[in-house]
Amino acid sequence: MRYFDVIVVGGGHAGIEAVYAADKMGCSVAVVTMDKNGFGRMSCNPAIGGSAKGHLVHEIDALGGAMGVLADLTGIQFRILNRSKGPAVWAGRCQSERELYSKAASEFVAGLPRTTIIEDSVVEVFEENAQIVGVRTLKGEEIKCKSVIVCSGTFLNGLMHTGFTKTQGGRYGEEPSLGLTESLVKMGFEAGRLKTGTPARLNKETIDYSVLEEQPGDENPEPFSLKTNKLKFPFLPQVSCHMTYTDLDVHKELEKGFDRSPLFTGVINGVGPRYCPSIEDKIVRFSDKPRHQLFLEPESLNTNIIYINGFSSSLPADIQYNALHKIKGLEHVEMLRPGYAVEYDYFPPYQIDLTLETKKIKGLYFAGQVNGTSGYEEAAAQGLIAGVNAALKIQNKAEFVLKRSEAYIGVLVDDLVGKSTDEPYRMFTSRAEHRLLLRQDNSDRRLMEYGYSFGLVDEDIYKEFKIREVLITKSKDLLNKVKIQPAKYNSIVEENNKIEFSETIGKLVKRPDANLNTLLSLVEENTNKTLTELKENQTVVEQVEIELKYEGYIKRQQEIIERFEKLENVQIPVNLDYKKLNAISTEGREKLNKVKPRSIGQASRISGVTPSDISALLIYLKN
Amino acid sequence: MNILQNDTITAIATANGEGAISVIRVSGTDSFTIVDSIFAGKSKTTESKTHTIHYGNILDKVGAVVDDVLVSVFRAPNSYTGEDSVEISSHGNNLIVKRILELLLEKGARSAEPGEFTKRAFLNGRLDLSQAEAVLDLIKSRTESALRGARNQLDGLLSQKITGLRDTLVAAASLIELELDFSEEDYEFISKEDVLNKIDGVLSEIAFLLDSYRFGKLLRDGINLAIIGEPNVGKSSLLNYILKEARAIVSDVPGTTRDIIREEISIDGVLFKIYDTAGIRQSADLVEKEGVKRSLETVQNSDIILWLTDVNNEYSDSIKNELEKYTNTNKIIKVVNKIDLENKKNIKGDVYISSKTGSGIEELFDSMKKHTVGEGVYTEKSTIISNVRHYDSLKKTVEFLHAAKDSINNNMSGEFIAVDLRNAIDAMSEIIGVVTSDDILNNIFSKFCIGK
Repeated sequence: MRYFDVIVVGGGHAGIEAVYAADKMGCSVAVVTMDKNGFGRMSCNPAIGGSAKGHLVHEIDALGGAMGVLADLTGIQFRILNRSKGPAVWAGRCQSERELYSKAASEFVAGLPRTTIIEDSVVEVFEENAQIVGVRTLKGEEIKCKSVIVCSGTFLNGLMHTGFTKTQGGRYGEEPSLGLTESLVKMGFEAGRLKTGTPARLNKETIDYSVLEEQPGDENPEPFSLKTNKLKFPFLPQVSCHMTYTDLDVHKELEKGFDRSPLFTGVINGVGPRYCPSIEDKIVRFSDKPRHQLFLEPESLNTNIIYINGFSSSLPADIQYNALHKIKGLEHVEMLRPGYAVEYDYFPPYQIDLTLETKKIKGLYFAGQVNGTSGYEEAAAQGLIAGVNAALKIQNKAEFVLKRSEAYIGVLVDDLVGKSTDEPYRMFTSRAEHRLLLRQDNSDRRLMEYGYSFGLVDEDIYKEFKIREVLITKSKDLLNKVKIQPAKYNSIVEENNKIEFSETIGKLVKRPDANLNTLLSLVEENTNKTLTELKENQTVVEQVEIELKYEGYIKRQQEIIERFEKLENVQIPVNLDYKKLNAISTEGREKLNKVKPRSIGQASRISGVTPSDISALLIYLKN
Repeated sequence: MNILQNDTITAIATANGEGAISVIRVSGTDSFTIVDSIFAGKSKTTESKTHTIHYGNILDKVGAVVDDVLVSVFRAPNSYTGEDSVEISSHGNNLIVKRILELLLEKGARSAEPGEFTKRAFLNGRLDLSQAEAVLDLIKSRTESALRGARNQLDGLLSQKITGLRDTLVAAASLIELELDFSEEDYEFISKEDVLNKIDGVLSEIAFLLDSYRFGKLLRDGINLAIIGEPNVGKSSLLNYILKEARAIVSDVPGTTRDIIREEISIDGVLFKIYDTAGIRQSADLVEKEGVKRSLETVQNSDIILWLTDVNNEYSDSIKNELEKYTNTNKIIKVVNKIDLENKKNIKGDVYISSKTGSGIEELFDSMKKHTVGEGVYTEKSTIISNVRHYDSLKKTVEFLHAAKDSINNNMSGEFIAVDLRNAIDAMSEIIGVVTSDDILNNIFSKFCIGK
């Protein structure tokens, strides 16, 4: 019987990171997937990043994960969203070459030294004394292990709907994963059902681009990963997306199929995401909106497949086809395949701990859509955390939990465990209380030490990071001392912004519209070694500029964190029996008993737990 | 793990003093056995059903009857505290009550701390935090108006008000978040002016509530009113007349100092604590100087000052200067006394009275009320703040909203504005005790069509 330290179930975005982290940390790893060439497939839109998701990719990268590198290698359009706003909400997004991404991911996993790829499907897991001991596959093999990481995506009892046509499977043209849910339920886990959807795919050759608005990428694309060689980036030819809109005629066409909609006729039971509704849901719920925006995104450089973002639907194929033909630019479009909704099993995540290990069975971890999240980036982040923690536990090392004030990944995991979720969970920047500090640009400063300590960050990357750190500190000190004379400064600013006395760069950079590079250009060359080094390192210039410019806000946010941490530090005994705490509302007691929070801070974020409940809990803890 | 305090506590539940009956409350696990050990009636409380009343005698150690009483039995969880409780109704006599209490303590009950019954009710889930606070206010409130204020809070008027204001801020924050998290969406974004208007609207409502705090506190704690003036202008006779005229004399507390008499009266449900001071005048006499100093200290601590003179004495500028050092002049009501006299100078005051005939007293009462409640902006029916926790939360809200406005006016990007809006929303949530974390996103999802 084969043995591995870690068995990863599934080769999606969560699976890749979990396999990689456990492998690199020295564990023997088996990854069970249906297709060894199908790692990192994008079931839905061919893009990585976006608001808050870009942040997750940067954090994964800073911890040493794979997603940023893969996205950089295979991106065909790069943009920074929210450029006109403050640095905390700048977010990288790229269109990915769907086929090449999967190819790069498959090659990446195949190259991992301690990893065995098993083309099969896990149908059962085994435990002894609440400790995971092994799995059984569809082909009948039993494999022993110390831990199992379940990253099954939408495949657990996956069921796809287009109109009343149902197809078993987790993704177009792929088989579902049957049996595993039942095995876990038998162990006492609670399973739920979620729904998500994807739009039709169109033939590029049949779209009239001449009437559509073009959306090109950034002129100077920026990579996600610190490992990416900026001189060679981007690696692939860059392409544009295009925009079009629905109108009332389109809506009328869609309405004709409502009587055959699995969503409206109760065929679909799973709960879908409110932030990503299907087109039929949009026109019903927001009937006052006369049009909805659509993006045409190329999936590949080598195929003619176009993804129509915003048109997710599970209406019958003929209805989708007719409606598409009413859309500007798509009058003669060929629909390569219709959109569909997919229902799948998940395990409400109150059942996992902040390490992503299940509370019930030691050595069993859940990551990705199985925890009720949606999105490649959310999945990858969890895969990494689960992989790291599985390895740490096997090596008897302290667990790895990120705080909400440290990373979006911390927010993600804390939200999942504390609030659980009954709709597919997606990250938004507004979910982070400490948004101003959780920026893409400082991901390395927040997280790289952790990644390095686990051995996930390579020596050369870490060294560069340390050099930047020293330069940032020295530069900030220096710029708070170096003054600029009025004569020089006034020559570059508007009449009403002029200064009378010389002022430090540290102060001047705080003025609206001030730019650190411009200010630096006013200082004599070669006056100072630090200054010369700074001017040559734009990454550091950006970091120093942000820290100086927004000093006041950053300081206030830090103060809030300190207050916040006080509650985070009040520990609650795990064995506390909430049923006896009559001062707490019935709902509060139920929720607390379910989640078993570790701290008052975590307890206070559980939905259904009121401040009054928290006061009562504090009084009890004091007694 | 036994985390509940369940020892048995006891205290008098009715006010001290003579009345028809007094009620002694006993609450805790041993309530019934303790009461049974001193109670002789047809049935034992231990064997009685909940919500039943039993007649019997309270007996002392040697079996002598202390009093004949009614005992009411409340079984957990259907009592005020949620515990087994007994209420003993005895005759309203301080000595009897004291004897019964002593017997209960001898048998193992513990003297309850102030508010402990309510604390237990809260801990046992019978009241939530804001209700418990309101109950304590109810107990403390000494007049009808204060009672109504506390009652309103119990009934949720304040909650409704704060919820409404908070919703406005959630809406403003949602618009800002929409722009940050959903910049790709096809929405025309809110103008800065709209957000500013929303914030200003909330700020002015909060300003009203903050102002009401003074009034609410006055309602609850009473209004300190000092009567000052030179000797022999009729201060004492005015006080006597007020006491006679007032609808109710609340209590007569003996003078706290040799020179200053304090009385409590209720006028139309508003509690006034009246301090009759020694005369104020420029004097070289040491003893009198000491008296004047104390009078001025009283002035300093008062909410209203009745500055009395009579029709033959001009208001003295030197006293005026002195008063201004100790108080705000708009707290002063100038009262001219003795208008019944025939010889009078033309003295300019706010109210003209005669404490001999009573003329002008109604006007004086009106003026006192007006000074308390302003120009009729607040009535005891308005939503008012009387709790210092609520006051502090609103103060914090105001600070955060001003910071948010600064960010808007400085053209800062939305995430900077959002920091303070979110803090403001959290501060308001503290008052009404709601969970905030997902409100903004939920609002966005319900109001805007999001998602590609």
